[in-house]
Amino acid sequence: MPAVYDLANRGLLPPGFSLIGFARRDWEDEDFAQVVHDAVKQHSRTPFREEVWQQLIQGMRFVQGNFDDDEAFEQLKATIQELDKAQGTGGNFAFYLSVPPKFFPQVVQQLKKHDLADAPQGAWRRAVIEKPFGHDLASARELNAIVHEVFAPDQVFRIDHYLGKETVQNILALRFANQMFEPIWNRSYVDHIQITMAEDIGIGGRAGYYDGIGAARDVIQNHLLQLMALTAMEEPASFDADALVAEKAKVLGAVRLPKDLGSSTVRGQYAAGWQGGEKAVGYLQEEGIDPKSKTDTYAAIKLEVDNRRWAGVPFYLRTGKRLGRRVTEIAVVFQRAPHSPFDHTATEELGHNAIVIRVQPDEGITVRFGSKVPGTSMEIRDVSMDFAYGESFTESSPEAYERLILDVLLGDANLFPRTEEVELSWNILDPIEEYWDSHGKPAQYPAGTWGPTEADEMLARDGRSWRRP
Amino acid sequence: MKIDLTDTTSSKINKALVKGRRAIGTPAVGMVLTLVIVTDEENAYDSLKAANDASREHPSRTLVVIKRAARSPRDRTTSRLDAEVRVGVEAGTGETVVLRLYGEVIDHAQSVVLPLLLPDAPVVVWWPVNAPLDPANDPLGALAQRRVTDTYAAEDPIGELTSRAAAYHPGDTDLSWTRITPWRSMLAAALDQIACKVQSVQVDGEEFNPSCELLAMWLADRLDVPVKRALSPGPGLTGVRMETDCGPIVLDRADGSLATLHIEGQPNRAVALKRRETAELIAEELRRLDPDDTYASALKYGVERLGEPAAPVTETGRDKDAEQGKGADEAADAKKAPAKKTAAKKAAAK
Repeated sequence: MPAVYDLANRGLLPPGFSLIGFARRDWEDEDFAQVVHDAVKQHSRTPFREEVWQQLIQGMRFVQGNFDDDEAFEQLKATIQELDKAQGTGGNFAFYLSVPPKFFPQVVQQLKKHDLADAPQGAWRRAVIEKPFGHDLASARELNAIVHEVFAPDQVFRIDHYLGKETVQNILALRFANQMFEPIWNRSYVDHIQITMAEDIGIGGRAGYYDGIGAARDVIQNHLLQLMALTAMEEPASFDADALVAEKAKVLGAVRLPKDLGSSTVRGQYAAGWQGGEKAVGYLQEEGIDPKSKTDTYAAIKLEVDNRRWAGVPFYLRTGKRLGRRVTEIAVVFQRAPHSPFDHTATEELGHNAIVIRVQPDEGITVRFGSKVPGTSMEIRDVSMDFAYGESFTESSPEAYERLILDVLLGDANLFPRTEEVELSWNILDPIEEYWDSHGKPAQYPAGTWGPTEADEMLARDGRSWRRP
Repeated sequence: MKIDLTDTTSSKINKALVKGRRAIGTPAVGMVLTLVIVTDEENAYDSLKAANDASREHPSRTLVVIKRAARSPRDRTTSRLDAEVRVGVEAGTGETVVLRLYGEVIDHAQSVVLPLLLPDAPVVVWWPVNAPLDPANDPLGALAQRRVTDTYAAEDPIGELTSRAAAYHPGDTDLSWTRITPWRSMLAAALDQIACKVQSVQVDGEEFNPSCELLAMWLADRLDVPVKRALSPGPGLTGVRMETDCGPIVLDRADGSLATLHIEGQPNRAVALKRRETAELIAEELRRLDPDDTYASALKYGVERLGEPAAPVTETGRDKDAEQGKGADEAADAKKAPAKKTAAKKAAAK
């Protein structure tokens, strides 16, 4: 909602833009408007302006009903038609389906049944869906079939808010608009790539959703594999949705799982501990969690990409809850210089060169390389060169949702994963989940640390170590 | 710019750091390391001042961990974290976070520090006082590549050297060792000038100053000759005498700032060997972050192999001026009143 307001405030919404809420709650239009008003006041990025709010509130309605209630959908239809006349929306509707997975088929069918999903000539009907996009390949296919039966594939927008972040879009700019990075972006120079998404919070009140899903399904399948695809893909022929999806699908299709899943994947569960100065309970002690649960709150996997550019370069993906701090980063770690004219003691502290893309917080890019420590002796140590969005572009960057909602209205699908990407991602993750189901149980790690020791050992076996993000 | 946070968490402190950096217009992070200072309230000010001075050479994020003693039983059971975030002119050339820990969180200080470490950059932990017996296995020490202790500040400095040797892990170092760097380079340079063999060595210094022991152990370890210690009134180290085949080499510093280097057959030379401020020591310590193998080797030589120090410095038979004799009386006074040890030492350290 704040994102919608921000768009309106920046003058990017058409004047007749209308918003209809549909839920089980017993609300009037005014109640709905009040909730939106509060959310906007508290969270919007741009300052609150009364005239913008007045513009928005003109087209704000609420329809109360259950998902199986035919009458309510008729009511919804009537409201839409009324608004269409009153506000002049031109018969263009987007349905933002923020519903639990189990209601999904029903809602989509209702939309079809009440003739809400068929666009007349010259207008459009779009569907926006949030993750999870299924919980394995079979369920993802089923879900896609249900949605595509009603909405055309190019009218379905899967929201992955990570892809709306400036830095993520900047990966493509960094790689393909510049000359200095792409020549070294391959197996001749890159040693390995680490993609980390860490959260410092636990599952909070989401026990019902989280248990049985776990970190790998919740994060790796969508966010991390998307980040990996953007980092590893070849240059698209053009910057449009079809060309991008073709390249992303190619690289996801080239992903190969290691033969021994036992030694190249790790999953964990946070145990009781201290996080950032506060006491934290363990996952199994969280309210609503089965004390015998095998759900992973930490997952680390090693993947390889079988193509000419990346053969032999491992991609290490990790995510977890209750880790050291909240951070999402992509680190491209380079090989050491093939020959060093300096003696061993001079370069003892020199690490690998690296380019780190900070997705959040404090979006930006860091380049790490060695430099001489001032003084009479030759001593080389890592230093970093920093690019921060907050410094180089002082206007605060649009929120991810702001950008993505605007793209939906414009029908620009560049930043939305397509069906084939979702299915390819499950293809990668399914064998790992199956292996985990039948082998062992998650390793425990104290809350507030950087994950289980097994994950450190996994990289140590390859002669590498996790960065401290 | 200063931001005060009470009853806070590490994630809020991180947000305050980003906010502070943006507010002063330097959001880029050029800092090369994280320095964690673990101390009590009494020593926090001096340590932080030293660290800020050192940050001119090594821009760093400085985290001061102050463990506050609880006054009442109720305070001991509640847990609280207060923080003071300083960026810009108030924090040298880096960023400073002063963390005050109350109650239960005192035992979990590493959970507060870990989220505040700079990404990738090396971590140095410095205990100005009350260093743990096994720094590498201390929860905070385990986060660091380099662990700096100061045996000079300990109650029993010489005994502490023995336990440091027993618990040594690569990356450990001590400011008493840093203090003798200029002495070591001067002595090594003197020996480079002549082609004679050293037969024996004597190190003079004040009592309870572990630098004397470390210098003696270093010489004994490297030269493989008998090394004796003799007590002097200080300040600090006062002299080293090396007997060689072709006469003695003497490096003598009576006043704590200007020394004389005497080599047989050569004119006497003046050498500036000023006792240095803590800031300079820390700056030097941060220059190299790889394990100090020379320190390890000297430390492991073992204090007990040096034997007992000879008491009065005048027994060494060196012709000294009257000032030296006066100092010897003071040394005797100090020995009579061991209770005043700490106070005397602090006065001498200046």
